[in-house]
Amino acid sequence: MATNPDSVRILVPVGMLGAGFPPETVARGLALGADVIAVDGGSTDSGPYYLGAGTAKTARAAVARDMRLLLRAAATAGIPLIVGSCGTSGTDAGVDWVAGITREILAAEGLDLRLARIYSSQQAAELDLDRIRPLPPAGELDRVTLESCANIVGMMGHEPIAEALTAGADVVLAGRATDTAVAAAYPLLKGMPAGPVWHAAKIVECGGQCTTNPRAGGVLATVDATGFTIEPLDPANACTPTSVAAHMLYETVNPFTMREPAGTIEVGEAVYRALDERRVRVEGSRFEPAAQHTIKLEGARITGYETMSFTAIRDPHILGQIDTWAALLRKMISEWVSGTIGLGEGDYTFDIRRYGYDAILGELDPAAGPPREVGVMLLVRAADQETATAVAKVANPLMLHLPTPDMDYLPSLAFATSPAETERGAVYEFVLNHVVEVPSPTSLFRICLEDNR
Amino acid sequence: MTVVADLALEVRSKNAGPFWVTMEVFARDADAYAVLADPSFLDASVIARLYDVAAEGVQFFRIPSLNVVKISFPRPVVQGSLHDRDIHAGQHHVPLAMLAVPPVD
Repeated sequence: MATNPDSVRILVPVGMLGAGFPPETVARGLALGADVIAVDGGSTDSGPYYLGAGTAKTARAAVARDMRLLLRAAATAGIPLIVGSCGTSGTDAGVDWVAGITREILAAEGLDLRLARIYSSQQAAELDLDRIRPLPPAGELDRVTLESCANIVGMMGHEPIAEALTAGADVVLAGRATDTAVAAAYPLLKGMPAGPVWHAAKIVECGGQCTTNPRAGGVLATVDATGFTIEPLDPANACTPTSVAAHMLYETVNPFTMREPAGTIEVGEAVYRALDERRVRVEGSRFEPAAQHTIKLEGARITGYETMSFTAIRDPHILGQIDTWAALLRKMISEWVSGTIGLGEGDYTFDIRRYGYDAILGELDPAAGPPREVGVMLLVRAADQETATAVAKVANPLMLHLPTPDMDYLPSLAFATSPAETERGAVYEFVLNHVVEVPSPTSLFRICLEDNR
Repeated sequence: MTVVADLALEVRSKNAGPFWVTMEVFARDADAYAVLADPSFLDASVIARLYDVAAEGVQFFRIPSLNVVKISFPRPVVQGSLHDRDIHAGQHHVPLAMLAVPPVD
């Protein structure tokens, strides 16, 4: 049996596969002795659509461009490449999408790398409600809600990835995984201590986000027996104790403790120290194993179909009474829809947003005052697309000509496009914020090792 | 009138997963941090008023080593719902950033 190394170097080229990075930064990482390349392929941050529809946020050509560079690098250096949360949401379709892109590149480049796919989609009927626990602020889950999901994924920890590597994979394409598991799997497999590994994995998960210039490419983390050292791949970029420590704040509820499937990362007592002008040493991070292994579930369901219409106002007279005008628009839409196509409350809902006035913050907005111009978005939601579009079309003459009550003529407002209406298709919402207790960290995941040699 | 943003290098907000929003105030220096981290100026009740949320759900993290005040609370509007006007919650720092800071006497 091979003895464990003294340290493991993790190369993270970019925060999200498909976002792009300078090729020379990866070459630099290899020159620094990278032992593994890890990159995240997804996130829930852009909303429930990508999980619900099972499609990627990133462009195929952009993912292929990044993958080509990373596959070449992995083959050149003879080190593994791990991609997590393939296809944005990590559904089985997302894994297959990235696998298809990868196979094309391997064939075109003549690269001899063994591929493993790890699937994380879950069937509602196979999940045991008695083993599912809510996370705040969610409540208890019922079977109807669970089964309403268009897609459900389980968020894997490092274990399925480590298993695929042990089985001989050179390239691991994982379904939904924690951002940290992607970077933690290889150093844990090589016997590095859990505290520094998980903390390093959290720091590198967004690539250059923990540096002073997040746009200058990724980072290299070196984990050893007592801690980890982090540096940017671009020699002109820097990590400082502040830039590294501040990354724990990013998109986290609690910056000191973070739950993983196997336990909890505790970094409250970690010490960040500058080794020089661009490298930071971190020690004192801990990982507390959990008594019960849990897998977080993510699920999205269709809530309806939307049609959007967008007009704009520049006339100072209307803008001076924008609240009155918008209230009248709301009232008139309801009346006209009822009078023309016979639909009432319960058949559809809509939102009127005044961009340039208060669309983003609404009543929370601390500023007030007459706007110079306002874009008016009408967003109609109904149980089917036809109904949503019918409502938006009935509203069309109002979006074009509605005057304020004191005007005795019909103004014509500025539609942004022709046609004014855009069908948005199915819209989704996240409905799961729960974990499921599992007998084994790999039980919800299917590992497929390809024999493509 | 001095506001929170005047005492900060950056005030930012973002989703922390689909069900939470988190925001950070990076104070300019230790003196600015002392003002911003003072619970008699900024606490859960102030956040509850600014964002129309329940004070009990608001979590505060005051981090002097970074001169940072971090605040997290459950997202009041579900991400991607009909009335969600800020999918990433990336513009919701503004009510906090424009909060008036009491004059120092």
